[in-house]
Amino acid sequence: MVKKIFAYSYVYLILFLMYVPILTLIVFSFTNATYIGTWNGFDLSLYQKLFESEEIMIALGNTIIIAIISAVCSTVLGTLGAVGVFYSKKTSRAIFENINQIPVVNAEIVMALSLVVMFVFIGNKIFAGANLFSFWTLLAGHIVISAPFVYLNVKPKLQQMDPSLYEAALDLGCTPRKALWRITLPEILPGIFSGFMLAITLSLDDFIVTAFTRGSGLLSGAGNIETLSTLVQAKIKKGPIPPEMRPLTTIIFIIVVLVVLFISLNRNKGISSKVKNRRKLRERAE
Amino acid sequence: MRFRFQRKYLCIPYFLFLILFVVVPIFFIVYYAFTDGTGNFSWNALVEFFTTTNKINVLVMSLLFSTLNTIVCLLIGYPIAYILANKKYNKSYVLVLLFVMPMWINFVLRTGATRDVLTWLGINGGTTPYIATMIGLVYNYLPFVILPLYTTMLKLDKSQIEAASDLGCNRIQVFTKSIFPQTVPGVIAAAQMVFMPTMSSYVIPETLSEGKIVLFGNSIYLGFANNQWNSSSFMAIIMLLIIGISMFVTRNFTEKEDEGRANAW
Repeated sequence: MVKKIFAYSYVYLILFLMYVPILTLIVFSFTNATYIGTWNGFDLSLYQKLFESEEIMIALGNTIIIAIISAVCSTVLGTLGAVGVFYSKKTSRAIFENINQIPVVNAEIVMALSLVVMFVFIGNKIFAGANLFSFWTLLAGHIVISAPFVYLNVKPKLQQMDPSLYEAALDLGCTPRKALWRITLPEILPGIFSGFMLAITLSLDDFIVTAFTRGSGLLSGAGNIETLSTLVQAKIKKGPIPPEMRPLTTIIFIIVVLVVLFISLNRNKGISSKVKNRRKLRERAE
Repeated sequence: MRFRFQRKYLCIPYFLFLILFVVVPIFFIVYYAFTDGTGNFSWNALVEFFTTTNKINVLVMSLLFSTLNTIVCLLIGYPIAYILANKKYNKSYVLVLLFVMPMWINFVLRTGATRDVLTWLGINGGTTPYIATMIGLVYNYLPFVILPLYTTMLKLDKSQIEAASDLGCNRIQVFTKSIFPQTVPGVIAAAQMVFMPTMSSYVIPETLSEGKIVLFGNSIYLGFANNQWNSSSFMAIIMLLIIGISMFVTRNFTEKEDEGRANAW
């Protein structure tokens, strides 16, 4: 019993400590003080300021656009890659898997720098000193960091799949394309979905690759593309987190909690429906 | 001749993408590391790296910080993962999710928040940069340690542990002879999630030490900001070498090094 209390108090203490910074920002988003630590009474004016701040809204818009586009691209590339590799020969599969592993184990800053020197070289030597940095270089960088994880999420689903299903579809008159679409895709869909979610979070959270490969474009117009990460970094380099960003933390936190709740509820539902299906099958067999 | 569709052709776009944006850029890093500003072959970057005490200091400091951070994270995270994975204490997945959830809040924002709270508590980068940076690093990397450890501890062989105590091991011996050896792959995976990312981190040391502590990542970033492609490329190569060595040393222990991150969802 004593052991149990000790274990619980340790876990909850560490858990509490991990949430202290975020919770502090959330608490002080409901007052209008410039610095955290001073409480000027309950006030929602920071929330109004947040939505009036053009800078933050532009950064937020850019971040969401990049996250969605890069996640869609990496999901398509990574999924096609995983399916293709799964049906390739052993040696080419091994080569492919090793290359796919490079961005996973490599330091992000090395990946980012390698892309930058390549773009600088091509700009200088091939396009006569042109500046290649734009939304497209940024997109390439984001796909590099997220597509390998989509691949890794889809691969186990392919391994779990029953290979005779595809053959059966061919025997029953499906073209290979149709069989892939109607048989393989539904089977690996959970892997594709989790890969997509991971790609979104990797892109939303990224600072290094964005800071290195960005150029002008998107909502930032002629200036360098500003995402939430680069904007916050520029601000905290000079001083504390600007007060109007505290409400943003609250909003992000609420969204994260909702997403986590949604996913864990669906997970339970998925498991229980699977159990039910199995039971039905067994009853039928008997 | 008619084109015949085969399933393996589907990987061609991704393969071309990987070659173009992962493999080729690494060759460009090698090219820049061993040329000078005019594009001629030179050892300048190498000589500069090994003769400038500043850069060697950065390397040593980064290795120290990474090692210390890995050890502290493992010491804090190991018992947590054990408790979370042990059915006696915890049956739900919710508590695990709570530990992982901070990872989904923008990491720069979180780092800034940590800095501001530490400053409020009197531990600021101006006076105590080392302590502030360590706290920031541990705070950020703890979830990455807990997740892989948790997944290996779920697979712990209960009967072996019971057998060990039945055969006369005391509690400490049960841990050192049965529990710990079973979790070594998880420990290695967790260390990999922390060690290299700490060395190459930029935002955390930059923010929490207010620019006073320069780790390898900061050094590469500075080179990038000043358009010093040759010297920063050389540092990137050193980084790649260290990654290669650590992969080589740990390859016999790991099951799947990507497990922790890929399982986050």
